[in-house]
Amino acid sequence: MSVKPLQTESLRVGYKIKGQEPRTVASGLDLELVPGEFVCLLGPNGVGKSTLIRSLSGMQAALGGSIHISGTDVSSMSPKEKARSVSVVLTDSLPVGMFDGYSVVALGRHPHTSWTGGLGAEDKERISWVLEAVGAGHLAHRQISELSDGERQKIMIARALAQETQIMLLDEPTAFLDLPRRVELMRTLRDLARREGLCILLSTHDLDLALRSADKLWLLASDGTLKTGMPEQLALEGEIAATFASGEVDWDPEQGAFRMHRNACAKVYVGGTGAERVWTCRALSRIGYEVVDNEEESKLSIQVIENCWRVSFEGENFECRSLSELVERLLGSNV
Amino acid sequence: MTQPASSSRSVLLFALLGAGVLALLLANICLGSATISLADVWGAFFGDSSDESVMRQIVLDFRLPRALTALLAGSALAVAGLLMQTIFRNPLADPFVLGVNSGASLGVAIVLLVLAPAGVTLTQGLELSGHLLTVIAATGGAAVVLAIVLSFAQRVDVMSLLILGLMLSYAVGAVVSILMFYSMAERIQSFFAWSYGTFGNVAWSHMRVFGTCIVSGAVASLFLCKPLDAMLMGERFAESLGTNVKAVRIFALGLASLMAGTVTGFCGPIGFLGIAAPHLCRYLFKTAQHRVLIPASLLGGAAIALAADLVAKAPGFDGALPLNAVTALVGAPVIIAALIRQRNLRKAFG
Repeated sequence: MSVKPLQTESLRVGYKIKGQEPRTVASGLDLELVPGEFVCLLGPNGVGKSTLIRSLSGMQAALGGSIHISGTDVSSMSPKEKARSVSVVLTDSLPVGMFDGYSVVALGRHPHTSWTGGLGAEDKERISWVLEAVGAGHLAHRQISELSDGERQKIMIARALAQETQIMLLDEPTAFLDLPRRVELMRTLRDLARREGLCILLSTHDLDLALRSADKLWLLASDGTLKTGMPEQLALEGEIAATFASGEVDWDPEQGAFRMHRNACAKVYVGGTGAERVWTCRALSRIGYEVVDNEEESKLSIQVIENCWRVSFEGENFECRSLSELVERLLGSNV
Repeated sequence: MTQPASSSRSVLLFALLGAGVLALLLANICLGSATISLADVWGAFFGDSSDESVMRQIVLDFRLPRALTALLAGSALAVAGLLMQTIFRNPLADPFVLGVNSGASLGVAIVLLVLAPAGVTLTQGLELSGHLLTVIAATGGAAVVLAIVLSFAQRVDVMSLLILGLMLSYAVGAVVSILMFYSMAERIQSFFAWSYGTFGNVAWSHMRVFGTCIVSGAVASLFLCKPLDAMLMGERFAESLGTNVKAVRIFALGLASLMAGTVTGFCGPIGFLGIAAPHLCRYLFKTAQHRVLIPASLLGGAAIALAADLVAKAPGFDGALPLNAVTALVGAPVIIAALIRQRNLRKAFG
């Protein structure tokens, strides 16, 4: 059997606080990262995603079990050896100081350069390549303090890539980015994982995006158990719903997303087609209606015909000229 | 893609700073209570070595060691300040944040305020040994405080360490003020004289110890360029880059305190230079990279110390100014100017 870049056996992670029993956040973890695979770590807030990432990187001692990086126990590796095998992007380390983008990315070459930190041709080539790979070439000569949070995050990811490690762990790198940038970043990372044969593990809150881009999901639940699998498989099996279970939201397996949990006050049938019908249904469910498929089931029925919403309720009929007018009338009439 | 184009600017700045230090060194040798012409200085250095003239003696035995002391002390304090600011990631850190100067002042206070009145014979008559005793007391006091703080450095985070150093300074300062409270006015006067600071007390006989400590400290600090750059972004970040954070922290704090303690021991507590010089260099070189900032601080600190001593000697006037007052008067406007031009010093640290 070939040696896995990263493999854990009955790993137990958590905190040690002086004078107290260690607090376990997850245990019994048998995990592995495979070259070329882009893995997303999902889980509710405060469940210990960051702890797991720090433990896997060897920065925080595990409470039990073992972590092997390319066959070597992580606890027996020197800081430099670790830095050559694992790069980490942490939430709390957005760069500051009078550095330009290039110099920050160049920090990533530290494990490969001599004590002076002087950059050789190979180092410079790698830096240029990673800056282009994350689309941050134009940020190289700008001072870090002048960049936006999103641009800084890009520089930090380029910095981690410059470290030239097979394993890359990222703790919520998308937190500061707007949606298009997030999609872009996830795609970049996934492509890099495939093209370069990297193992990338990324923790995120963005369920939708993770479902669409990850090759594999790690679902960390509040009880400290972790399920792994293909995103679609986990969604079908109801594992995603179980991991994020809460009284406030409902998992919609057909949409692949969570919805605000409401006790529907009334049923409504919506007739029509296309985008207008979709957005009408969304507006109605937002204000508390349950949209049903069968016209017989509900007293309220709405027909959507090109910019006209025909409402019939217990024999009463009226028409609205816009979606917002419809919502206002429905809210006002208490049907 | 190339590296930032600022390197030619840096080379120019280094050349200017180096030339400035040389010019100030010469000025310090030439100017003083009596002005010595450049020709006489040249004669003293390269002329007939059997010449026993007063001029030659003044240049070689008084002006030159004093100027060299200023140069070394300025460099040491500036680099020590830079190391402290980086390790603590705090723009207000100075070489004495860990309390080395309060330890030194307690040592000196014990010698001048307690031992001297008790056993007057110890220092009376032998001027040199009296001064040497002060040096030993100051260095010893600094070393004791340093040992206490560094013994905690492995166990606590840097912010706690900063507060620990501060608290220790207050406590030690309190002991000094109790000693002063029970001392005679003339003893307090001699303690004050020490606390004003001077570069004039390091004779050639002391230079071997003084010079060795400072030059080796400065050279050793150059080996920290790379890990310090990483530490500036936070200790966790540095760790993920393969830096042995604890070792670097202890090494840097130890080096900075060794240099600051040596200077305080021989020259008295010289404030301000250690904060001001690194900020000035950051402002001039527009970078936080230590492979630029450490050499820059060595030169910048030397230039500030030489300039301050030139002013303190008040050439052309009778008498002199306390060195500590001059460094603050020279340094404060520099900091304020840098602050106004740069808007925000915190930007360098986050």
